[in-house]
Amino acid sequence: MSGQPGEHTDPAVAFEAAKLGVWTFLATEVLLFGALFTAYTVFRIKYPEMFRAEHAKLDRVLGAVNTVVLITSSLMVVLGVDAIKRGKARLLEAYFGATILLAAVFLLVKYTEYTAKFHHGLYPDTNIFFSLYYMMTGLHGIHVLLGMGVLSYVIVLSRRGRLSEAWCTPAEMSGLYWHFVDLVWIYLFPLLYLIG
Amino acid sequence: MTGVGQPETERNGRGYLAERGWRSWAFTLDHKRIGAMYLWTTTFFFLVGGVFALLLRLELLSPQARYFGNHAYNVFFTLHGSMMIFLFIIPAIPSGLGNFFIPLHIGARDVAFPRLNLASYWVFAAGFLVIIGSLVAPMDTGWTFYTPYSAKSAAAVTTLSLGIFLIGMSSILTGLNFIVTIHKLRAPGMTWHRLPLFIWGMYSTSIIQVIATPVVGVTFLLLAAERIFGVGFFDPSKGGDPVLFQHFFWFYSHPVVYVMILPAMGIVSEVIPVFSRKPIFGYTAIAYSSMAIALGGFLVWGHHMFTSGMSPLANTIFSLMTFFVAVPTAVKVFNWTATLYRGSITFEAPMLYALTFIFLFIVGGLTGPFLGALATNVQLHDTYFVVAHFHYTMMGGTVMGFFAGLHYWFPKMTGRMLNEKVARAAWALIFVGFNVTFFTMFIVGVRGMPRRYAEYLPKFQVENVISTIGSAVLALGILVMCWNLLQGLRKGAPAPANPWRALSLEWKAASPPETENFHEIPVVTEWPYGYGTTKA
Amino acid sequence: MDNVLAFGAASSQAGRVDALFIMIAVIGGFFFFLTQGMLIYFAVKYRRRRPDRDNETPAITGSPLLEFLWILIPSIVVVVIFYYGWRVYTDQRIPVAGATEVHVNARQWMYEIRYPDGRTAINEIRVPAGKPVKFLLSASDVLHGFYLPDFRVKMDMIPGRVTTLWVQPNRPGSYQIFCTVYCGTGHSNMLARLIVMPQGEYAEWVEHGGREGGGSGEREPLAVRGKRIVESAGCLSCHAIDGKEKIGPNFGGLYGSKVPLEGGEHVTADEEFLRESIVDPGAKVVKGYPNVMPTFKATIPPEDVEAVVEYLKTLK
Repeated sequence: MSGQPGEHTDPAVAFEAAKLGVWTFLATEVLLFGALFTAYTVFRIKYPEMFRAEHAKLDRVLGAVNTVVLITSSLMVVLGVDAIKRGKARLLEAYFGATILLAAVFLLVKYTEYTAKFHHGLYPDTNIFFSLYYMMTGLHGIHVLLGMGVLSYVIVLSRRGRLSEAWCTPAEMSGLYWHFVDLVWIYLFPLLYLIG
Repeated sequence: MTGVGQPETERNGRGYLAERGWRSWAFTLDHKRIGAMYLWTTTFFFLVGGVFALLLRLELLSPQARYFGNHAYNVFFTLHGSMMIFLFIIPAIPSGLGNFFIPLHIGARDVAFPRLNLASYWVFAAGFLVIIGSLVAPMDTGWTFYTPYSAKSAAAVTTLSLGIFLIGMSSILTGLNFIVTIHKLRAPGMTWHRLPLFIWGMYSTSIIQVIATPVVGVTFLLLAAERIFGVGFFDPSKGGDPVLFQHFFWFYSHPVVYVMILPAMGIVSEVIPVFSRKPIFGYTAIAYSSMAIALGGFLVWGHHMFTSGMSPLANTIFSLMTFFVAVPTAVKVFNWTATLYRGSITFEAPMLYALTFIFLFIVGGLTGPFLGALATNVQLHDTYFVVAHFHYTMMGGTVMGFFAGLHYWFPKMTGRMLNEKVARAAWALIFVGFNVTFFTMFIVGVRGMPRRYAEYLPKFQVENVISTIGSAVLALGILVMCWNLLQGLRKGAPAPANPWRALSLEWKAASPPETENFHEIPVVTEWPYGYGTTKA
Repeated sequence: MDNVLAFGAASSQAGRVDALFIMIAVIGGFFFFLTQGMLIYFAVKYRRRRPDRDNETPAITGSPLLEFLWILIPSIVVVVIFYYGWRVYTDQRIPVAGATEVHVNARQWMYEIRYPDGRTAINEIRVPAGKPVKFLLSASDVLHGFYLPDFRVKMDMIPGRVTTLWVQPNRPGSYQIFCTVYCGTGHSNMLARLIVMPQGEYAEWVEHGGREGGGSGEREPLAVRGKRIVESAGCLSCHAIDGKEKIGPNFGGLYGSKVPLEGGEHVTADEEFLRESIVDPGAKVVKGYPNVMPTFKATIPPEDVEAVVEYLKTLK
């Protein structure tokens, strides 16, 4: 025992613990977004025509672009995790770097969308549909931003030589988180942009 | 009687308390130090919240608002409720005693994520600082913050929402840490059915924390969004629904009462066998009833809203589910009582508080059906009957369980013994004061006195005066208890490793434990309730 | 109307709620004595008498039969209680045909009543005995509550929605109405009354214009009428006459005094000032008080405003 209460000597236990921890955290995130999806459902049932009318004002092309961007970023994460599992740290850094880049593109597109909406006088307080739109995509966007931070941290760890095929838990765990963020968008996009 | 074996002796005198300096506390990764910090902080807020309660009772001596005026009174009950719930009763046992004892109970050196644990404390601190900051424009919404009033209020509701969001985040991180710890860090031989019941209590609590808290986080986020961005989910003028806020709020706030009670029940399950020298009766039933309460508790939130305009069908379902969730609780009470049967019972302070928990919780629990049944709920909702009911369950329950835990584990945490005579005197004052304060509220509630009333009809005055007198006695008892705890810290007699001759693993460690808890991780061969002889 | 425990039951519905209450109390009382009794009995009987006694405690760990019994029996008991609670509640919610509808709208901090024939009132509802009444409840600003303890009924009042409550008042009398959803500073002053009148008296009251306060308005001295209106229109929720101030200025000594306004000027509180304060309270706000007083233009007709002013003049 190194005497440090913070260290677990057995990497297998540490990996198991990290995995359970991240899945538990993702469960909390499901509840977090779940509350907003519940609000969406409640108001959609209450105001079907309003939803039909307002959702057409969203830019489906940009939304689709963002969907492709995020799915590709998830693919980059998968490739990155696979790389480090084969011991290729530099490749991991490249793939995760690409993910962060794609995430930035996502946020840029969202920024473009938001400003376009503001230009047309569509604000969070315009009506319930747009309240939901801004709250849900906004909360999601914050998670994308935080994810970029987490992925950057993993890159830093890798550059410091701390990751290898024996120990790549941070990469795998952040990958899980990123897939979840992607998954939320996969639900948001059709619910907000597509369903009439 | 086996289980603990030869307890360890201290090597350097003060165990985990040896290292000094504020940095050794502020940046500690030791779960015991983090737990201790939570205990000090939450107890502080308990006392502050208590002061507000005394101010309320002072004002309620007279039917007119004589001392503070309506607005101040309304602020006081909001602060009393919010502080007690968010800053004391939710974190005190889990983040305080839980942090300290979960690793010790399961034979681990620390929790699964010690840095996350430290982060949870500092997030909690950030939360309470923000909440204190919101006092520049104190609110009078009640701790329930119902819209539209809270959305329109000129008070610092947005700031407070952020504070509560941070407190919630801290709660989630703690729950997450405990779930992983209990799953992955148990000592060799510590199977699920050899876990102390405190751990079962903490495990089910952590599940609730992790699932329910995010919803209240979003709720306060939406309240803040309504105030800042004009988002209209709860605003009828924008097509929103004020009752939706209530659904979101209670979806968390009902399960959270089980976050409050399950750890306390876990403590009672620890204390009763030790001081009866008998195994706990019905271990499996008690363990699984904790899980049943945790899960069932998610299905009943609507019983806070029977008069809110919900459909009769929804009301019916919530009422039925509410009654079902009462059954696992009753099971625990029967099992604890059966543990006493043919025991060899002594009445040190931990046992007094544990028995008091059962006694007062029975009262609180038996007044539940009045509120769960639809027709009587309509009469009693928003009256003092509800106030009495939840004080009997939350204070008569959780707080007594907390006091039991403090007294039971005081020797282990501090290495000192408490003065037993003073502890019993404090207990007596608390027991009498509590019942006088709160039983009168049942009466005045049945007679129709609404809650959250700064001024009331003169015919309710007698009960209110009696209740206030009771609150003075209760306050005195709590002060004596706190004084005794402080005295114990400073000059209590040195404590042996196992003063209560208990069998769970924390008593194997020294009093106070070393930083790494155990010299060697123990190998567990049996459950921790092996009291009594096999000859029945 | 108060008996020892509760408000006297004012309708047969209320009586049934009381019967349910008593049933739960009896069942609860039985289990109370059973469980507390065993708790105390065991604690006393099995206390340790000799220090070495705890070597003789039996290692009893459980009994599946007992677990089964004490899960089964409470489950049955709670289902029974649930059923009766549901039964009485459901019956309470079925409106009887031919009920008179009374609209009640809550705002901070008063109840505005509107009858089907257009009459309005504040904080006082008058109905004839023996006929069912359906309340249509709403609110203008925040959540409020409508609680009639004598009838054992309660319903929240929600802005943007109409909720309903019905009662069958059989016994004439004056019944308390409380606001039970916290709504701000005046919450505990938001009281009203339901006055159930014998049918003949009610008919007469309606004929005389259904003025609030009852009685023959024409022959009353103005100040007396004003006093009645002040007491029933909700003024006293926010204004005290003397002593500790509530939300607005005290009435005692107000007439004729020099009043400082927000904005710096001073004005004398004469008849015109008082009249304007009632119908257009935001026009001149007294310094140091919040601008929250609602206008009574729609609810107190001009001749009654005069009566109120006359009354205020008598308050030294």
